[in-house]
Amino acid sequence: MTVAITSPHLKENAAEALKDAQLQEALAKVGPGFIGKRRAAADKMPEFEALRDSARDIKTHTLAHLDLYLEQFEEKVRAAGGHVHFAVDAADARAIITDICKRLGARTVTKGKSMISEEIGLNDHLEAQGILPVETDLGEYLIQIRHETPSHIIAPAIHLNKRQVEADFRRVHTDLPADRDLTEPTALLAEARGELRQKFLMADVGITGANFLIAETGTSVLVTNEGNGDLTQTLPKAHIVLASLEKLVPTLEDATQLLRVLARSATGQDMSVYTSFSTGPRRADDPDGPGEYHVVLLDNGRSAMLQGDLREMLRCIRCGACMNHCPVYHAIGGHAYGWVYPGPMGAVLTPSLIGVEKGANLPNASTFCGRCEEVCPVRIPLPKLMRHWREKEFERHLTPAPQRYGLKVWGFLATRGWLYRPATRLAMKALALLGGTRGRFSSLPLAGGWTRYRDFPAPEGDTFQAQWRARKASNRSTAA
Amino acid sequence: MTSSSAPSSSPSHRPPRVGLFCTCLVDTIRPSVGFAAAKLLAEAGCEVDVPRQTCCGQPAFNSGDRATARVFAEQTIAAFESFDYVVAPSGSCAGMMKAHYPELFAGEPDAMIRAERFCAKVFELVSFLVDVLGVTRVCARYDGVVTYHDSCSGLRELKVRDQPRALLASVEGLTLNEMADADTCCGFGGTFCVKYPAISDAIVGKKASNIAASGADTLVAGDLGCLMNMAGKLQREGQDIAVRHVAEVLAGMGDQPAIGVARKG
Repeated sequence: MTVAITSPHLKENAAEALKDAQLQEALAKVGPGFIGKRRAAADKMPEFEALRDSARDIKTHTLAHLDLYLEQFEEKVRAAGGHVHFAVDAADARAIITDICKRLGARTVTKGKSMISEEIGLNDHLEAQGILPVETDLGEYLIQIRHETPSHIIAPAIHLNKRQVEADFRRVHTDLPADRDLTEPTALLAEARGELRQKFLMADVGITGANFLIAETGTSVLVTNEGNGDLTQTLPKAHIVLASLEKLVPTLEDATQLLRVLARSATGQDMSVYTSFSTGPRRADDPDGPGEYHVVLLDNGRSAMLQGDLREMLRCIRCGACMNHCPVYHAIGGHAYGWVYPGPMGAVLTPSLIGVEKGANLPNASTFCGRCEEVCPVRIPLPKLMRHWREKEFERHLTPAPQRYGLKVWGFLATRGWLYRPATRLAMKALALLGGTRGRFSSLPLAGGWTRYRDFPAPEGDTFQAQWRARKASNRSTAA
Repeated sequence: MTSSSAPSSSPSHRPPRVGLFCTCLVDTIRPSVGFAAAKLLAEAGCEVDVPRQTCCGQPAFNSGDRATARVFAEQTIAAFESFDYVVAPSGSCAGMMKAHYPELFAGEPDAMIRAERFCAKVFELVSFLVDVLGVTRVCARYDGVVTYHDSCSGLRELKVRDQPRALLASVEGLTLNEMADADTCCGFGGTFCVKYPAISDAIVGKKASNIAASGADTLVAGDLGCLMNMAGKLQREGQDIAVRHVAEVLAGMGDQPAIGVARKG
């Protein structure tokens, strides 16, 4: 379904998320699940840090010469009998895809997991055109039958637990016996497989995303853990690859280098279970494959990012490690961010796609703990890029008024030491008198954000600088 | 306190002159951390002074106000550049000065060189003691079970992790019990904790559970902002855990009231 933008209401979304016991139970597993596995995968590999450098360098090089690699990619896809379509924005991409589907008389479309599909709101659009999209990634299938959006870029249904899934399957799969046993996760998986198997065979068109597009061969690369991508791209009449520009890499060798950091950073696997390479449509001597092969390359603001301060964000390979390690994501989950991309990568990407006016909450809702940058396989300086958005927000006077004025008053005082030091002495002495007997405050004027949840310690008394100078003077007079 | 080697980068015939950047929180809320830092530095053979100062400018920098951050940076550099070293009992402020000052002077080659020269002298207190001065143990006693929280900027920008643990291990009577996820953010995040208080509370709530589960009677860390956040949450939850800055424990000043606790008498 199309993701409605609720990013301006991140605080309200977060408040809801924090109250949602089921969500909190699901989120509690994110950190322990992903963090330890990534750590173990990285520790097993002595060259992991060097591989990250190499992954960063491959992407940096590609972005510096993106025009050349796009041309080469297009030429190679054509040579293999496929088609490349450049889409300027979401509407353009949707139109290209529906045109292909309509030309082929498609009624059912199977889909591999694609965040770009979410970004352009493809499913709603297809449905409006009378074409039925069927998500084939298990997580995507779950959220599709629940009319939800992904809450994580690689684990879209991470906010759900198996009791919820069981209830949804009983609600939707009404043709199956009501008394079937669905208590085990494997039973749920088998049921989804059974349902999807028929859809794979019915589908006229298969749409997948791509993890990489290889310029030297015109190949799209897709990694999955379920094998659904293979069935989506080989069984129907046409395979449409929907990907954004920055998925390009120069060579097959480069793609394999990046694959070595991708799954390790994402799930801690050495490799995803399936890594599929697609080059063009079915050839004469191929036993199977699609009759047509299309690549829809989406720009949607990315060439502007390429020229600006956010270029480094285009290195992102969508592993999800940043959100897996983010304390804010762990607390509120992905939906609270209010659009397609959550977590630190979303905090940088979203304002450039929906505008800083609507997206400003995202780069602000970060403690700047730096753990995202620490684990990013392509070493994107995520806190720096989030700070970039805060600067844009500040320059354009979009920073919320209390914060702006607070900052102004504090900045005025604290850049004038002759005023600041006596003022802080006076204030601290007063606070020490007021709070001294208990040692802390449980409420303080102007500090409600703090004291609503935490006590605030009473200052010890005079400032350190004043005490230091007094001691120094008395030492001097004692010495004299 | 014992040093394994003399400081290498200052001439051997005079003690290194250290400018103590006390940080605005220590200056205003908990001066005893400043005195503990000064004591540790003096015991390690430094000549310590505290030039007039206000703030490193991080709140402005992280709020997107580069112009104001630059004013703070200029003032701080001017106040401290005559020292051999600039040392702060905070990984956050030291990280701001060391990792971010030069970019505030982008496009101004002279100011940038001056900022870079300044940056090279900036250190977080405990890593300065261990990595620069070669301190391997302290002469202090603390009878308690301590758990150590890794503050984010110190850990990730300045690689402060093993140094405080090594020195804490040398404190007589002290047992170190690691908590789960010691290197996960406490949810303070500077202005974050007041901009998004409910999210910050959820993060510090998890931290407080991990602290309590460690079985420690004392929490220490190297940044007063994080400490105030965690102390405030532990106290609100009624947890009887003393919260102290690592410098206080290392300087043998662990007998004074903990953060947020009233003085006796």
